Amino acid sequence: MGKNAYFSLLFVAAILAVLPFVVPNSFYLDLAVRMAINAIIVLGLNLLIGFAGQISLGHAGFLGIGAYASAVLPTHFGWHPLLAMGAGAAATGLLAALVARPIFKLKGHYLAMATLGLGIIINIALRNEAQWTGGPDGMPVPAMGLLGFELSNDKQWYWVVAGLLVVSVWASLNLIDSPFGRALRALHGSEVASQVVGVDVVRYKVAIFVMSAVFASLMGSVTAHYVGFVSPNFSDFFHSIELVTMVVIGGMASVFGSLVGAVLLTALPQALATFEGWETVAFGAILMASMIFMPKGLVPTLAAKFGKGN
Amino acid sequence: MLAQFLQFLFSGITVGATYALAALGFTLIYNASNVINFAQGEFIMLGGMLGVFFTMAGLPLPAALVLAILVPAIVGVLVEKLAIEPVKGAETVTLIIITIGASLVIRGLVQVWLGKETHSLPAFSGDTPIEVLGATLLPQSLWVLGVTALVVVALWYFFNRTLQGKAMLATSYNRLAAELVGINTGWVLFMSFAMSAALGALGGILITPITLTSYDVGIMLGLKGFVAAVVGGLGNGLGAVVGGLLVGILEAMGAGYISSAYKDAIPFVLILLILFFMPRGLFGGKSTERV
Repeated sequence: MGKNAYFSLLFVAAILAVLPFVVPNSFYLDLAVRMAINAIIVLGLNLLIGFAGQISLGHAGFLGIGAYASAVLPTHFGWHPLLAMGAGAAATGLLAALVARPIFKLKGHYLAMATLGLGIIINIALRNEAQWTGGPDGMPVPAMGLLGFELSNDKQWYWVVAGLLVVSVWASLNLIDSPFGRALRALHGSEVASQVVGVDVVRYKVAIFVMSAVFASLMGSVTAHYVGFVSPNFSDFFHSIELVTMVVIGGMASVFGSLVGAVLLTALPQALATFEGWETVAFGAILMASMIFMPKGLVPTLAAKFGKGN
Repeated sequence: MLAQFLQFLFSGITVGATYALAALGFTLIYNASNVINFAQGEFIMLGGMLGVFFTMAGLPLPAALVLAILVPAIVGVLVEKLAIEPVKGAETVTLIIITIGASLVIRGLVQVWLGKETHSLPAFSGDTPIEVLGATLLPQSLWVLGVTALVVVALWYFFNRTLQGKAMLATSYNRLAAELVGINTGWVLFMSFAMSAALGALGGILITPITLTSYDVGIMLGLKGFVAAVVGGLGNGLGAVVGGLLVGILEAMGAGYISSAYKDAIPFVLILLILFFMPRGLFGGKSTERV
């Protein structure tokens, strides 16, 4: 990790530290928590999409597994929330690892189809197993706590999530500078060339897919506890698309792009709420316009414009 | 026993024909531009909803239906001109997001304009079911199958016997080579969007008297059309038709014999299994990667 990266990390940490003291009210604090949660998911997804050049149109499915593990296991079986969260992440990792080998033999649109299918199957299962999941209506999630201390207000949640975000940014910056990260970028450039120099292409693809899926699952659990409620919409196709859009709009293969993308797309629906009825049209139009005018995403486009790489 | 099986088969091939038309739409655009058009499902929805709108506006059924195919074709061309052409050669995920953006705009506009209610069209030739070996077949199903068959034959003729069709085919094999022999590939792109939107809309119109329609039916129909196109191997016209029918039939059988709650999951389980064992679909050839 270079000096620049440390500086950027410090910058993010500083913003996060100051933010709760300058936000005008709890509405914005809540928004900040959601942004930070999405940012962590998007960091993981960007490693897969931006750095390794793969695609996943089913990541909300993994989010759903984590969220529902945190809802179902404590409610129906009396598990401790942390244990449930771990179990959800383990199950997600196992599932991702199982399907990853056959899936990552696929490329381009076939890969898009396979991951999309996986996400939709998970969503339909969550929707249908009503005796466990509450079906289409969703179900409440018990509070998260440890040793008698319970995470209850937005401020506590904010510090927890902000801490996780700083750790995730640090981990991502480190990872892309490691041999592992170099291998990912190499296979994005050319799979054949990286095979020739001895990169086990499939193994790296599987590893990064599993890693980003586990990230998503853990954040699914965090979201479930934070919101106190889960519904199947949380794991649907559209949410998967939103996550991918955050990666691409912020900027593929850019750690700070991930943060920017997550912040913008979390805020956008709130901003569009004033359009009453026209939200879908406006959202779609903004997606199209930003991709047409900045196909490389916001951060890389701006970085190129002002002649500053990062 | 047989009657029940036939019943599921009939409903399967009827829906499957719609998937086949959608899959042909995916195939046309994919061949011309390498784009997977995630807005394809919205053309199916547009066909049905506009058919309803124009008949309610008092137009006679044939005129309403022609308009309900024409308008989506124009929308398809607009999508191509405004959103696909400016970003030629962009990454796959960028193109996916653009077409999804287009689908949101179309869906959102229809929702604002025509509302969230569910609508239906009158069946083209009555609702008296036909008895076949104990199972019943709706006359509308015959319309769906007949028109789909006609379209498939017409497309076959177009691509194999006419200059324009061959030009489109040539472009799908090798765009640069096609340009070098004087084919206007811009026109090919234009035609492929117009045709696939029209095909989707036609499917939407035909199926609406049976399955009803509303502003949000496009998502699932489109995704299943995509499944159908991939089942047969992307870019393969025959594969798209077979894929569509296969997805429709398996879905109906699964809903009938296994679980109707998991009906929508069946196409996706099918495609995962196929891709696990045949990474390029049933009819997709082997691929070699150029380095």
